[in-house]
Amino acid sequence: MTDIEYAPAPETVPVEIAARYGLFIDGHFVAPRSGKYRVTTNPATEQPLAEVAEANAKDVDLAVASARKALKPWMKLSASARAQFLFRIARRIQERSRELAVLETLDSGKPIKESRDDDLPLVAQHFFHHAGWCDKLAYAFPGAKLEPVGVCGQVIPWNFPLLMLAWKIAPALACGNTVVLKPAETTPLTALRLAEIFDECGLPPGVVNIITGGPEAGKALIAHDGLDKVAFTGSTEVGKAIAATLAGTGRKLTLELGGKSPHIIFADAAIDQAIEGVVSGIWFNQGEVCCAGSRLFVEERILHTFIERLKARMQTLRVGDPMDKNTDVGAINSKEQLERIQHFIKLGAAEGATQFECGGALPTKGYFCRPCLFTNVQPSHTIAREEIFGPVLSVMSFRTPEEAIQRANNTNYGLSAGVWTEKGAKALEMAARLKAGVIWLNTFNRFDPSAPFGGYRESGFGREGGRQGLRAYLKVDGR
Amino acid sequence: MTSNNTSTVQGVVKTYKLFINGAFPRSESGRSLAVKNAKGRVLAHVSHASRKDLRDAVEAAHGAQTKWANATAYNRGQVLYRIAEMIQAREEECIALLCATGKVTPSAARKEVALSIERCIAWAGWTDKIGAILGGKQPVAGPYLVYSSPEPVGVVVAIAPAEQPLLGLLSVLLPALAVGNAVVLCCGGPNPLIAATFGEALATSDVPAGVANVLTGKIAELIPWIASHRDVQGCIAAGLSKADARALELGIAENMKRVTILDRNTDLADPAVLHSPWIVEKLVEIKTVWHPSAL
Repeated sequence: MTDIEYAPAPETVPVEIAARYGLFIDGHFVAPRSGKYRVTTNPATEQPLAEVAEANAKDVDLAVASARKALKPWMKLSASARAQFLFRIARRIQERSRELAVLETLDSGKPIKESRDDDLPLVAQHFFHHAGWCDKLAYAFPGAKLEPVGVCGQVIPWNFPLLMLAWKIAPALACGNTVVLKPAETTPLTALRLAEIFDECGLPPGVVNIITGGPEAGKALIAHDGLDKVAFTGSTEVGKAIAATLAGTGRKLTLELGGKSPHIIFADAAIDQAIEGVVSGIWFNQGEVCCAGSRLFVEERILHTFIERLKARMQTLRVGDPMDKNTDVGAINSKEQLERIQHFIKLGAAEGATQFECGGALPTKGYFCRPCLFTNVQPSHTIAREEIFGPVLSVMSFRTPEEAIQRANNTNYGLSAGVWTEKGAKALEMAARLKAGVIWLNTFNRFDPSAPFGGYRESGFGREGGRQGLRAYLKVDGR
Repeated sequence: MTSNNTSTVQGVVKTYKLFINGAFPRSESGRSLAVKNAKGRVLAHVSHASRKDLRDAVEAAHGAQTKWANATAYNRGQVLYRIAEMIQAREEECIALLCATGKVTPSAARKEVALSIERCIAWAGWTDKIGAILGGKQPVAGPYLVYSSPEPVGVVVAIAPAEQPLLGLLSVLLPALAVGNAVVLCCGGPNPLIAATFGEALATSDVPAGVANVLTGKIAELIPWIASHRDVQGCIAAGLSKADARALELGIAENMKRVTILDRNTDLADPAVLHSPWIVEKLVEIKTVWHPSAL
């Protein structure tokens, strides 16, 4: 293996970050009633970026009241006027996309290559797509009586901070709702920057409120009886607790939760492409992806050669400074998450699986984890069952398509699945029989605002994107 | 009035059984419930289903579900149409049973049976069309063929309302069957006679064994077991009390099964809601499939 040396190619667009951010309520940045602030850091350098308000129950009350006050005028606005706001927001995101991408990378640790080429284009497209829905809702649910749901509380994770915000806010506004959104405690900066864009686009005060803070703020928001709907993306454990909190309240709920998605490679696959698919499937965004292809099933007769080629490919992954345009794998989002991943890696080895990891030096500062894979994994191993949310791949094998299906479906999750085979009929039958909401055939990790995304079983319920995704933000025949 | 209405069941003092996997077992618990007319005279007994009966029915449904889902939509449509034919053939018996407890007039019962037949026909016609309404090809920004299609969630427990027992049970059963789920139908209320008899109608229709199972008993007692059963993927319920609805939602929080609760004010006679494709949204999963498109 030849050593590949690249000169550093740092992204140099400067981004202004304020020393301190308040809560965005009723169209203004306000100091939190809690009086508390929390420091958000750059996970690649461990350096502080800014102080961000820590909302308490009183702040949540104010934000919900602001969204309630804004609801009626927003619902009464013509659909075309609503659309114009969303189209304008999409445009401003495009125009400021480099700045937003840099800020996203600084706050989250994801490679600039990904925030620039994947996250931001999808964010703008998501607003653009939903802008067009505003005046077409009646055609989306023909024959039904439609109403907006009302005031929505939305809690999003740190892995795709802006993209998850777009997935939540764009359809909610298109359907005539108002929102209170809480970004993750470790990645609040781009949501706050977007609040500036909403204001810049003249969005009426209170239609979008953004409150920052930790689990306390999240819990206060989710349990708030002034909401008509809760939407949450995050862990299955928290999702279950939310479902229990909302039981019997009549408030609507959509959940996009965890996964342990299978990625199946048949011997008749296009191997070079499949290798790239596996790499994207588990190491995109450091593996901090709910739909990551974290369980790899390789047909037994090609297992050895496939894994050798995958290991060789792994050695070319560049792990390091997320702001470097050549970086493939950036920093893990937080110290806490890094420790969680390291715990699973230790457990994998302790339970008898064999670890292989990328070589190369890691930066001395920051939260970094080398991409790794485990072979000799049994289905009962913790690393084959539990969501790790990191760059850790568990490799298993199978002999027949039936066995692949059975093993792939043997999970409480059901978010995504990948299949690689050059045989069309086999690919389509696999797609039909895998129990997952998104199936990628001969590709992986593809997203589009028009394509519904969401899981079966304990990966949550409801879909995001497309006509089907609107359902989460509308009352259809009173339900 | 009561004596006239109950004339056809005068001699039918029997214990109706459950309908599980195409057979008619008694409740394993040995329990039964008395069904009385307006004067308090016992007309018949129905089996009082237990947790174990529920589990047996779920197991039967599991065994039958894949084949039912894989049957062509054309075939499923014909089977549902056959249910309409069976009810039509038993029209007078259905009217008599609906009137048996003395709470319903013959003209109301006749209307309920007519609406029930309409409901069967409506859902028989949906089987090969609902995919076109709920799914479709997605116009993504890239060289991919992407389609979304509704797939059955798997095994569904359908909880029938006490009011309008025939129309009510069909309203929760048919949407679940039409999209390819296997169903365990649970019927409570003061007049479960029609539900118990409906199992007999199913047995002589073309619904494969296990695809539709019928339990009679007490809904509130079964709800915790319905909610916690991990091999039940979905639930559709009508007529639940607030407490029962909450118990169901609380129970499913742990396993994320899909639940459709029709509001107690839902007008069961209204086709705009009950023949609408939007009622099946949580009885299906939308699956989105991507494939590259290139030379």
